[in-house]
Amino acid sequence: MAIPLGYNIRSAIGRPWATLATAFGIGMVVAILVLALALASGFQAAVVSTGSPNNVIVLRKGADSELSSGIGRDQANIIKSLPDIAPGADGRPLASPELLVLINQERKQGKGTSNVTIRGVDSEGLALRDGIKIYEGRDVAPGAAELIVGKRIADRFEGFGIGQQVKLEQRMFTVVGHFSAGGSGFESEVWGQNAVFMPVLREDFQSVTFRMKDPARFAAIKKQLEADPRLGVDVKRESEYYSDLAGPLATTMRILGVFIVLIMAVGALFAAMNTMFASIGARSREIATMLTLGFGKGSILLAFLVESVLIALLGGIIGCLLALPVNGTATSTTNFSTFSEIAFAFQITPVALGIGMLFALGLGVVGGLLPAWKASRQPLAAAMRAM
Amino acid sequence: MALLGMVWTNLMRNKLRTILTWLSVFVALFLFVLLHGITDTLTESTKVGSERRLVTRNKISLVFPLPLSQYEKIKSMPGVAAVTWSNWFGGTDPVKPNDFYARFAVDGKTYFPMYASDAYIVQASPANGATSPSGVDPKLAAFFADRTACVVGEKLFLSHKWKLGQTIHLTGTIYPGAWPFVIRAVYRSKVRAFGEETMFFHWDYLYERSNRQAQVGIYTFSPADPSQAAAIGKRVDAMFENSEAATHTETERAFSAGFVSMWGNIPFVIRVIGLAVAFSIFLVAAVTMMMAIRERTNEFAVLKTLGFEDGAIFAVVLLEAGVLTLSAGLAGSLLAKFLLEKSGLPLPGFSTMIVHWETVALGLGLAVLMGLVSGILPAWQASRLRIVDALRKVG
Repeated sequence: MAIPLGYNIRSAIGRPWATLATAFGIGMVVAILVLALALASGFQAAVVSTGSPNNVIVLRKGADSELSSGIGRDQANIIKSLPDIAPGADGRPLASPELLVLINQERKQGKGTSNVTIRGVDSEGLALRDGIKIYEGRDVAPGAAELIVGKRIADRFEGFGIGQQVKLEQRMFTVVGHFSAGGSGFESEVWGQNAVFMPVLREDFQSVTFRMKDPARFAAIKKQLEADPRLGVDVKRESEYYSDLAGPLATTMRILGVFIVLIMAVGALFAAMNTMFASIGARSREIATMLTLGFGKGSILLAFLVESVLIALLGGIIGCLLALPVNGTATSTTNFSTFSEIAFAFQITPVALGIGMLFALGLGVVGGLLPAWKASRQPLAAAMRAM
Repeated sequence: MALLGMVWTNLMRNKLRTILTWLSVFVALFLFVLLHGITDTLTESTKVGSERRLVTRNKISLVFPLPLSQYEKIKSMPGVAAVTWSNWFGGTDPVKPNDFYARFAVDGKTYFPMYASDAYIVQASPANGATSPSGVDPKLAAFFADRTACVVGEKLFLSHKWKLGQTIHLTGTIYPGAWPFVIRAVYRSKVRAFGEETMFFHWDYLYERSNRQAQVGIYTFSPADPSQAAAIGKRVDAMFENSEAATHTETERAFSAGFVSMWGNIPFVIRVIGLAVAFSIFLVAAVTMMMAIRERTNEFAVLKTLGFEDGAIFAVVLLEAGVLTLSAGLAGSLLAKFLLEKSGLPLPGFSTMIVHWETVALGLGLAVLMGLVSGILPAWQASRLRIVDALRKVG
């Protein structure tokens, strides 16, 4: 016969401080687990969503990022003449050779300096990327020394307000617009025009990005370009290129997160077992009474296990609630794969919450098993003597 | 002493609980010190490099090169004692692309003398009649005799099980192509700040193999009079202000601090997590401690009947909590310090970690605080106990 659930619930409520403290301890572990997952997925989302699987990016052979790449104008023209490139609204191929440099810039509020990506694009650059929206100001005028600045950079760095001047080499550029890009890595960049940048900043491009007419032909396009002796290039899907860039840092975040959570879980487990043992110890006579009344050992074990799981699940809920307000909070760091600043937001996904609750459940079961087993094995005579 | 005896007996009374509480405090402090150790390591890396050397990079950012023509100009500036240059090579191991370590092209004849105070050569290939340029460690003779030669840090050398004379192959990222290098010498650091996981090779080799495309990444120079460092730095920048490559000069220490500030608020997030961990475990430990005291209410009544003063009871309970948290905290903090400094974390950039003694002390302080706060309420309750009330609770 099973012991009614109400008994466990009332027992837990009967010792509110111990119950809450245990639940809170478990809650903290769950909160940190959820936040670690949210940090990693936010970062990955920002970087990965930067690339589209329908776009192709061409880099110099062996280059691990645009920064170390170089593509000459002649090579860029060869790539642009590829018949597989989708045409834009004006019938010209949707391809943008791009120039990339980093500038060292002050963060706002004296939080040090970091490298900001400056990207030179052709007029097709904007059309190639989905979701780029100028939410303040306007786009650059053709041929003018003007810049548009990604939202994350405009928010976090000095000197990128609309109308402000930025000096690149010996030339002044004016910020004329701020753009958003659906949370992708482009929001951490500053854009201008190749035609204006080239005489000032550098003589070659770093990459060529184009939209494929038929994305299914990617393998053939890759083979053709990589085999072309005039080029000497590596070809990747844009999405694949960016997920490769996110890889090392996202992995670091996950390893560190899981590592911290595992150690913390051990600590919380000890604490949960402790309170459960104490709570069972204080109830020996109740347990003895139940045994005398004819409840089996199995039902006692189950009852206390359920109690432990209930407390742990309460902890899980507390943890998720503690973590939720952080959702969307933006933070930034340097992605050392690109050597430049990338801003991203904590992204608490339902999956992360689910993993957190499962983790709480696991803690409840593991932490409750030993105490519950001990409760069910209590020698009746000894327990009664306690009365 | 009698009090300590009682504390010990009380702790041993419910061994399971004592062990579990001890372990949870131990884990909390271990984690706290570990997380602080990560930020310690980052802070420590801002101190890499000396205040007595200056670094000149391109004003726009480190990624832009500088022309070699600036070398003579900096060198001939009054007050400059020595100048050298280096350039980041990048590159990947074609077999193990994730095997990352720093690789620099340096001007050996000026670079190694500049860093003679930071590192020295422990092993080198035989000279075979070759000699080092004047002013350079004679052990580097074989390095200077071979254009493809490289010098590697001892840690790197040992972890990769390399041998002197062995050729390592890299694929260029910034400078395309296949790049073979022959290990000709191994260096060991004299100061912790000078890492032992870097590879240096001839800048001339880079220049030739890159079809004379390679330029200078940074110039490092030492002023004759270190107190003049800031003034000389300003003069260098002023000299190149309107040239093809404007420069930014700062102390070597400020230069490396710039890398750490690139981490943004990640160190802050880590510190917050550390505190949250300590706080949550602390809460649970406090509640357990209170339960432990409540269980013993009638024992305290008996002690009082026997004539123990309120103060003594207070001390016994508080000491019990303090002994438990302090010993667990000490063990957890020290284990974290030694484990991290010995083996580091399995993360890139954290293979060598530094945990300051201040961090261990902070951990211990937390442990003591934990003991005080969690013991004080039960101790107060126990000492204020009225014998009649307490004994009434017995059976």
